Amino acid sequence: MKSGWAHRLLLLPAALWLLVMLVLPLLVVFVFSFGERAPAGGYIPAFSFDNYLNLPARLTAFKNTLILAPLGTLAALLIAYPLAYYLAIKASAKIRTTLLVMIIVPFWTSILIRTYAWIYILGGRGIPQLLEWIGIEGVRLINTPYAVLIGIIYGYLPLMVFPIYVSLEKFDKRLLEASEDLGAPPLKTFRDVTLPLSIPGIATGCMLVFILLMGEFLIPALLGGGKVFFVGNALVDLFLQSRNWTYGSAVAAALVIIMLVTVSIYMKLIMRGAGQREDVSLI
Amino acid sequence: MLVPDTSAPVASFHQAWKRFGEIVAARNLNFDVRSGEFLSFLGPSGCGKTTMLRMIAGFEQPTEGDVYLQGKRVNGVPAYKRPVNMVFQHYALFPHLNIARNVAYGLKQAKPKLAQNVIDERVDETLELVQLGGYQHRRIWELSGGQQQRVALARALVNKPEVLLLDEPLAALDRKLRREMQIELQNLQRNLGITFVLVTHDQEEALSMSDRVCIMRDGEIVQVGSPRELYDNPLNRYVADFVGKSNFFDGVVESTGDGRQSMRLDNDQSIDVDLPVAGKTLASGHQVTLSVRPEQIVLARDPARLPDDAAIVIEAEVRNRIFLGEHTEYLLQDDAFGEFLALAPRQAEASETPFEVNEKIYVCWSRAAALLLDNTT
Repeated sequence: MKSGWAHRLLLLPAALWLLVMLVLPLLVVFVFSFGERAPAGGYIPAFSFDNYLNLPARLTAFKNTLILAPLGTLAALLIAYPLAYYLAIKASAKIRTTLLVMIIVPFWTSILIRTYAWIYILGGRGIPQLLEWIGIEGVRLINTPYAVLIGIIYGYLPLMVFPIYVSLEKFDKRLLEASEDLGAPPLKTFRDVTLPLSIPGIATGCMLVFILLMGEFLIPALLGGGKVFFVGNALVDLFLQSRNWTYGSAVAAALVIIMLVTVSIYMKLIMRGAGQREDVSLI
Repeated sequence: MLVPDTSAPVASFHQAWKRFGEIVAARNLNFDVRSGEFLSFLGPSGCGKTTMLRMIAGFEQPTEGDVYLQGKRVNGVPAYKRPVNMVFQHYALFPHLNIARNVAYGLKQAKPKLAQNVIDERVDETLELVQLGGYQHRRIWELSGGQQQRVALARALVNKPEVLLLDEPLAALDRKLRREMQIELQNLQRNLGITFVLVTHDQEEALSMSDRVCIMRDGEIVQVGSPRELYDNPLNRYVADFVGKSNFFDGVVESTGDGRQSMRLDNDQSIDVDLPVAGKTLASGHQVTLSVRPEQIVLARDPARLPDDAAIVIEAEVRNRIFLGEHTEYLLQDDAFGEFLALAPRQAEASETPFEVNEKIYVCWSRAAALLLDNTT
């Protein structure tokens, strides 16, 4: 079959790209993770589990990541859903366009600069000072997990809003009238129609945000002040500062494995939900 | 739920207005839906028929005036508290639920709660009623358009509503299926005794199914009556045009005093007509329209074969001929009368060979067959 060859030929660039840029580097990381660190920071071939046995030394970074990434995802979801709902169902066309533009415009500036701005907002002369004026004293935000969480919600909110907005926007609004006509008050209509039909958007948004958060390093570095470390910060430190590539590779490999496990469990749950969606009630 | 007053009309409008900004969708409506009837709202899009339906359902509230259900004023009562159910234009079935759960949706909202086995039983019963027994566990997208239509019907009927509202329910079906569903809907309505209120722009559908038809224009009710009343005694040209085909000839009343009843057409011909119109004596010069149904026009090659009571005899040319099986439709042309349609039944045609295009023939209609319409109503 000629078309079969044509299809394969067209897939070749992507396949090559994935092989060279993803599969081979991952292999290198896994091979390095079993090696030994050379005195100057290089790699000496070896086969030892020492690097993996040393992982507990970086436990705090894993703990922070595994707490703040799901927490950030959940917080972003809880804030994004009402916004997406308003945009897709309640807002007039004009307000909708304005708000969508307002969500997109911040992307025109680098995340680095936007996160930097939060240092001042959360710092001593920002929100804490405002709180002092109204009589609440001694609030410290910058360099705490809360600052990191706020930064995460700020940075990742649009990634959560858009998939949910799309799934809410595309479903037939007459279904809401049908539900009401059949005797369901607004809250029940939301629970039994709107929410189940927006699950694909919720799933996509959570996945996007969660995966990217697991590898995050910028926000904790700037807003955590070196106190709230993510695995991403550990990797930056190990590869760029301490030049311990083999240990860094073990940390990276551990992160990849943790992500594979959590994401596949998550996917299974979603697929099961999609298979018998009428039996799934999130509340 | 509302306490029903069985003697009251099942739904009624009292001086009800509905405005959407500048647009008036319903204009001073006064109307009763009788208990147990099959009623249709008929009119072109934008005439306000869907707004009336949505005011009964509770999706729209009147801007002024009142809406009553079973004698209770329901202004401001939301749709989920009204004992009516709707079959939506594109069905609006829940894609995330299977057939049984779609149909059970309304029963699940009932208070006090119904037992699951009661719900299952009624769902099965209703699916059986719409000939979808055994389809309980199918998904919506596995069904054809006609089957989805039946599910939508079952989903509404299972709740035993006081009024079933149907918003152009058959518009998406092909012609043959539509005929079948029309008959089925009629049978269902008779057997269940539930009041059906249908909205349609399809005159054939409204006439063939309804006990009463309500013809609307620009947010107003023009005429209400049985299909036969509307066909035989249309109030004005709008109704005559909407209910069946007709030929219209405009003119003025010629004389009323001397006993001769006639009108002068715009083409300056004088023709005998029946006066007065709808009980109103019209003054000479009053604008009127003569409506002649195509099937009331008699055709012949030989003027001697035309009936004696002809109000007028026209020599016309055949411009087009369409064979419709039982009837043949002729498009005729006359310099004074312009183009008009005539419908010849098969047995009448059998006495002569069918007329050919470009042939000159004689046509006439009797005075009783032509209907004079007051143009000012």
